[in-house]
Amino acid sequence: MALYFTPLVSRLSGCHRGNFTRNCGSCYRACTLDFTSVLSQGASRSGDGSTSQTDRWLGDRDRGRLVLRGASVTSPAAARRPAASSGQPSQQARSLWQQLPRQLPPRTSPLSAKMAASCVRTVGSFLGKCMTCSSSINTVATQVLLSRQVCVSSALCRKNLAAAGPEKFTLEYIQKQVEEYEIGKRHLANMMGEDPENFTQEDIDRSITYLFPSGLFEKTARPLMKHPDEIFPKQRAVQWGADGRPFHFLFYTGKQSYYSLMHDLYGKILKIEKHQDRLRAKGLFSQDAQLISLGPSRWLTKEELELLLVETISTHDYDRFIKLMEHMLCMPYSSTEEEFVQRYRRLLEAQSLKQLVPLLEKDENGVAFSTAEGRRKTSDSSVILRDCGSGHITVNGQDYLQYFPVLQDREQLMFPLQFMGVLGRFNLECKVSGGGRSSQAGALRLAISRALLSFLSEGDGEAMRQAGLLTPDPRVRERKKPGQEGARRKFTWKKR
Amino acid sequence: MAVRALTRGLLGFRYSRAATVASPCGGHHYVTAPSAKPPQPQAGDVTEKILNQPLEKADFFRVAELFSLKDLFDARVHLGHKKGCRHRLMEPYLYGCRLDHDIINLDQTMEHLQLALNFTAHIAYRGGIILFVSRRRQFGHLVETTAKDCGEYAHTRYWQGGLLTNANIQYGPGVRLPDLIIFLSTLNNVFQQHVGIRDAAKMNIPTVGVVDSNCNPSLVTYPVPGNDDTPAAVELYCRLFKMTINRAKDRRKQMELIHDVPSSSWKTDFNEATKNFH
Repeated sequence: MALYFTPLVSRLSGCHRGNFTRNCGSCYRACTLDFTSVLSQGASRSGDGSTSQTDRWLGDRDRGRLVLRGASVTSPAAARRPAASSGQPSQQARSLWQQLPRQLPPRTSPLSAKMAASCVRTVGSFLGKCMTCSSSINTVATQVLLSRQVCVSSALCRKNLAAAGPEKFTLEYIQKQVEEYEIGKRHLANMMGEDPENFTQEDIDRSITYLFPSGLFEKTARPLMKHPDEIFPKQRAVQWGADGRPFHFLFYTGKQSYYSLMHDLYGKILKIEKHQDRLRAKGLFSQDAQLISLGPSRWLTKEELELLLVETISTHDYDRFIKLMEHMLCMPYSSTEEEFVQRYRRLLEAQSLKQLVPLLEKDENGVAFSTAEGRRKTSDSSVILRDCGSGHITVNGQDYLQYFPVLQDREQLMFPLQFMGVLGRFNLECKVSGGGRSSQAGALRLAISRALLSFLSEGDGEAMRQAGLLTPDPRVRERKKPGQEGARRKFTWKKR
Repeated sequence: MAVRALTRGLLGFRYSRAATVASPCGGHHYVTAPSAKPPQPQAGDVTEKILNQPLEKADFFRVAELFSLKDLFDARVHLGHKKGCRHRLMEPYLYGCRLDHDIINLDQTMEHLQLALNFTAHIAYRGGIILFVSRRRQFGHLVETTAKDCGEYAHTRYWQGGLLTNANIQYGPGVRLPDLIIFLSTLNNVFQQHVGIRDAAKMNIPTVGVVDSNCNPSLVTYPVPGNDDTPAAVELYCRLFKMTINRAKDRRKQMELIHDVPSSSWKTDFNEATKNFH
């Protein structure tokens, strides 16, 4: 099953491609994140004999060299000296290596759970390489060879990772990932006891949240299992055939998709102009005919266009594209190309301008009433507005004068009714919980305004909306940040 | 006998003879049966014949029939720029100057255009990549459409510096560069010589270029003195090049059908050519 985690240290995938002896200080430091846990396990298993060795290994970390030492060897020259206990260090070395588990121990910390599958594989292959080379170590000479080879300066093998650009995946790799995903999906379905044939993406998401519960706030950092097409960025396949001839006629421009789009667009403009000329020749041309109706939509953003074309575009190019599109839209008789234009437009999320008016019900006495809810900060309230004509107000069973001793809160409660001039008409039965006194009053005010909508006309409702009575207040308490005393207040600045 | 057969093989003779090879082995003579004729050497031989046949005649593709002097005159190919814009190296190609306007010698244009079209036809016949280049905004769409109709390539946009000289890094390793570049206007938007002419010369790519009276014809392999500003002239050039290329490609298909060669064989000319270099 291919589970994808955002890689904690992406450099790892670059470092372990070479053989074991080529080591950089940087990746060695990163490796020890895995190796400390592994070695501690190995050390505990082997007993006291190799603990000293482990300590010596870890002590070399800050010098950035991975040196495997015997019991008494301090330098390569010393290592060359045939020691009396020459057999023992190698034996100890071998025992340490052989005790390293073939696979990494199961992860429990969330930090380690962030290693990418590829990183795990490369570290695993690293271990495999260690095993193969350790099995061949039998003599002091080879041990000397090992310790000599490994003393390489990190500057020699540090790769310019920034210049390599984004990581490129081969087609075979992606196909393998797709196969693994399909097999893993079926395994997951079996695990959850569901039908492997009809296991949809929602089921997968549900199962993953169940099996790997994560408390992380950042949704994109949580474990996910999606089809590789959605995870790996789309890449260009090889652009030419077996004979070397490129497939696209604008290949040699460098930006074939973008220029082909501009070419098509210009072709459409020419077509519209020819159509106009033909109509003019017949005498049927009219200036104000048939502009494209676009509706509530916007142009594709630069990023979306880049995704569509699978190619990077500069802002200049993007602006030229938009200008040409606008030019085409301004021409009369451009509605013939509407379908082409709509491909490069996205619908705006339409804000519903209509307020949801609560239903007007009648209880057993024939009194009309309506119910509405309101929220403010952490308070929740619900209000039943009865068209009695008495003007009684109850909050949580108590009289409103008792519940809200402060005038300000009572004013908040009354404001919607006073604004509409219906102060004595309605009976209010309110329930409120959570928050403090001011936020409870605000929640009640919103609920009363909403409930009032069902008794009023559209014009009155619009007046209420413009007064701000129907807008829920989005303000919530801002969290305190570390390094500051409060949300905004900083600690007192001291000059020295 | 065996030695002769070996040397013949080394010289590249593709004919396999049914030869009886006597191999003495401990006094006994063993005679091997005649070997069966493999069909592959025959295909290679036929491909060579197909490739060499057009080289035997002068105007194999009959490109001279595609246009006449009157067509050139009607398309206003003879109209050059004003006397002040004249390039010194274009003086041999000019017929004269009338009221400060340079007139291009259409007889010379005829010869040069025939040579250029003939060369293009031969390149297209051999499956070469042809790149149409023009930096004139008026004719960009026309040039791209022409290239698309021929099945060849076009570049009428901003020329990035390393397109030819840094191709392996810009496009990817193992890219194939154009075998011919046709310039429908050798100047760029600021009236300087197009960078592609110099780059093609650097990369040993032959060029065909329509040179007006203000252009430098020295680096162009097959210059065609003529007007590059009038739409009629440029449409004429595009039409002529399209017809030549299509004609050459059709001729190639015909030859392959006649000699019963599978059509994919000629498309792998490039791979075979590069193999010989390794």
